[in-house]
Amino acid sequence: MKRATQWTVMLVAGCLAGGLVLMQFSPAGGEEASPAFWLATFVLALFAVQSIRRMAALDSGRVYGTLTAALFGVWVIFFWQLLVVAFDVPKVLLPPPSLILQSMSSHGPTLWGDFVQTVLKAVLIGWTLGSGMGFVVAVAIDRLPFLQRGLLPLASLTSTIPLVAVAPIAVMWFGFEWQSKAAVVVLMTFFPMLVSTLAGLKAAGRLERELMHSYAASYGRTLLALRLPAALPFIFGALKVNATLALIGAIVAEFFGSPTSGLGFRISTEASRMNMPLVWGAIVVAAVTGSLAYAVLVQLERRAAFWHPSVRES
Amino acid sequence: MVRCDLFLRGPMKNPEVLFPSDATSSAGARLAVEVRNASVVYETADSPVHALENIDLDIREGEFIALIGPSGCGKTTLMRVIADLEKISAGRVLVNGVTPHEARLARAYGYVFQAPALFPWRTVLGNVTLPLQIQGYSRAQSRTVALEHLARVGLTGFESKYPWQLSGGMQQRVSIARALSFEPRILMMDEPFGALDEITRDRLNEQLQQLWQRERRTVVFVTHSIAEAAYLATRIVVMSPRPGRIIKVIESPLPDERHLGMRDSAVFIEVAHALREALAEGHHD
Amino acid sequence: MTKVVVRGPIARWSQQGLPVLVILLAVLLVWYLGAWLLNAPGAIERVLPQDGAWRWQDLLAATMEMQRPVLPAPHQVLQDFWSALVDWPLDSPRNLLFHVAVTAESTLWGFVMGTLLGLVLSVCIVHSRTLDRALLPWIVASQTVPVLAIAPIVLVLLGSLGFAGVAPKAVIAMYLCFFPVTVAMVQGLRSPQRIETEMLHTYAATRWQALWLLRLPAALPFLFPALRVGIAAGLVGAMVAELPTGAQAGLGARLLTGSYYGNTVQIWSALVMSALLGLTLTTAVAGIERLVLRHRSQA
Repeated sequence: MKRATQWTVMLVAGCLAGGLVLMQFSPAGGEEASPAFWLATFVLALFAVQSIRRMAALDSGRVYGTLTAALFGVWVIFFWQLLVVAFDVPKVLLPPPSLILQSMSSHGPTLWGDFVQTVLKAVLIGWTLGSGMGFVVAVAIDRLPFLQRGLLPLASLTSTIPLVAVAPIAVMWFGFEWQSKAAVVVLMTFFPMLVSTLAGLKAAGRLERELMHSYAASYGRTLLALRLPAALPFIFGALKVNATLALIGAIVAEFFGSPTSGLGFRISTEASRMNMPLVWGAIVVAAVTGSLAYAVLVQLERRAAFWHPSVRES
Repeated sequence: MVRCDLFLRGPMKNPEVLFPSDATSSAGARLAVEVRNASVVYETADSPVHALENIDLDIREGEFIALIGPSGCGKTTLMRVIADLEKISAGRVLVNGVTPHEARLARAYGYVFQAPALFPWRTVLGNVTLPLQIQGYSRAQSRTVALEHLARVGLTGFESKYPWQLSGGMQQRVSIARALSFEPRILMMDEPFGALDEITRDRLNEQLQQLWQRERRTVVFVTHSIAEAAYLATRIVVMSPRPGRIIKVIESPLPDERHLGMRDSAVFIEVAHALREALAEGHHD
Repeated sequence: MTKVVVRGPIARWSQQGLPVLVILLAVLLVWYLGAWLLNAPGAIERVLPQDGAWRWQDLLAATMEMQRPVLPAPHQVLQDFWSALVDWPLDSPRNLLFHVAVTAESTLWGFVMGTLLGLVLSVCIVHSRTLDRALLPWIVASQTVPVLAIAPIVLVLLGSLGFAGVAPKAVIAMYLCFFPVTVAMVQGLRSPQRIETEMLHTYAATRWQALWLLRLPAALPFLFPALRVGIAAGLVGAMVAELPTGAQAGLGARLLTGSYYGNTVQIWSALVMSALLGLTLTTAVAGIERLVLRHRSQA
């Protein structure tokens, strides 16, 4: 097996090196590319595919699995850069990655301001408030099965309707600033958290509940010692889903109207101005934010719900 | 003003309740459990199910009682009624001279379920200290007591492990240590070794026997297994289903001090034979 | 601790239907209360006689019938909703159903394309180790990314390539449906246990047979929840896609124009309509699920 690994690593390294060399020869600024260049590109593409296949075929576990996906990503970006420049694709259609990075760095302060406006204010506050309220209401109606039976069907219903559509109304009530976007996020995150927490509170096993009953433990004691810890996997599941919902909600709510800053605002206005590199830049910021937030939540879940089979297996 | 300590700890032990003055039978020993004409009936969509019918049973302190019978004979129901996990429809049950409800509030018994029912987010030590924390023991005190009881079931060194890191047999031993940690007068065990393989089962039977010999707690033990009932119990109650009732109560002639080798002795085989006959009798009714 | 309850139809209704009804009535009550409270300042300023010659009954009546309310009363929304449906011919932009048709068309096209693409790709991923290792992690990771944010780019791109009308909106709905369907199908296609796949192996079944006889049927219970999520996401995508192109037609456009002109009641009608559309689409998918899975026992 070690032989195969060695060959694969060499193949990958060779391909990447070949790619870098080819990049030097790529035509720039509208000149025609020679047939030799196209041939070399085609051959490199074949080798790139092979390198991915060899990498995927390696038997080892997670490290090589992640590397395969990373390698795939690297090749996609490489060929994007190469082909867009070689074909001289108009920048309004598809800018090359280099231009996107350039735009991001030159508009750094703008993008930072957008990030603060959207993520740190609307998303974070909305997500915290919405999830928090969902949790509190769920615990409050834990002993009121009538209300649960009434609210649960309605809460599941809200997942089928486009809640972002309340954005214009939120703007009307809370103004153009981040508060209206946060309001939309609160609405979107409240119901999933409510449903998941209620489900989690029911998750404690019958035997465990009877055990606490045999100890004559009070309702509060049982809640703190048994039912809330047992509910943690469900609660974290909802928090993760809510993180994505919050980001989408805030950005889309900004599509419906935002004064001067915000990631959604940046995307929609720069798109209408055909300033594509900056649009892509804002999207990259949003994408990285989403992935990082999710990764952080996964780590927190590992700490808090370390005992759950689903967390242990991963 | 809300009493936050009551919210968290629940009612405190009432020493009076544990030593009532009039719970003695004619034999002179104190009665741990008194069941008089107890019945449990479930209403279902088709017709009522008589889980228990007119049960009369006295359990003296220090006895090891085994409840044995086929599925549906009510042995688990009877134990759950004594443990205040279910209500009787008719008749009377007294535990240490008071109702099961009061006995439960006074923490009079420890219950071991069919599955270990350990909390996976707590270590082994954390699980054993759970009832102690609920009853208001201090941190240091619960730790000491828990460690001692873990030692008694032979699990010293495993305090920081999590339940999923232990085998099934070890998890049940933790469950037993937990049930005994607050020194209850009565220990109730609902087929605790049913899910284990025979070899582990034998070992645990032996350990339970030795534990009982040392402490002479009242034990009520539900089982399917004739050999287990004969080996462990001082008195065996044979039950049969539809409706759940007691067919026969057999006093075990085996001495109190037992070891696994006794299972090949003539006395043991006689007891097992008597049990088998009683069970068959109930089956044919 | 054991309870056995006899259930008849009336008992079942009072168990399940009554609580929902009570909650709905409570929501309605709070809505009316909110309308009164929120519209009061505006009513006092603009509608009622300026010299203070009004009683609280006049205030109440005024807040319930305002032209530009902060919160329209439920009956106002209902009135506007109804009139938008029946007062105009079906092909007029003033009729809500016209906009429903526009949005629904994009949503459904996108949904169908996205589902087909997801199905094909998931089958490929399950059968190819390369795709599984290289592509699947990206698809899974993309669920944490606000993919909807790419919508303006897609619109500009397709617009400059000459595509207009339904196509770009359907494309956006398509890739919103595609992600949940792919992930769920991969999970579903891999759900059969070792015992089952090995049994087929002993029958010398080809991979296609194993796919058709075992994996696809096993994947269906995973597919349908994802379809419900997908169609809801596709609807949001279609509505968002209507915004940048001058907001001409569709429910999303209607929401935007309502907010530009301050026509609150129109916004609320469009909101109610989009909620109904989402509900209908999801219920339709759930209905198909019931039909397809009707012979399976509930686990």
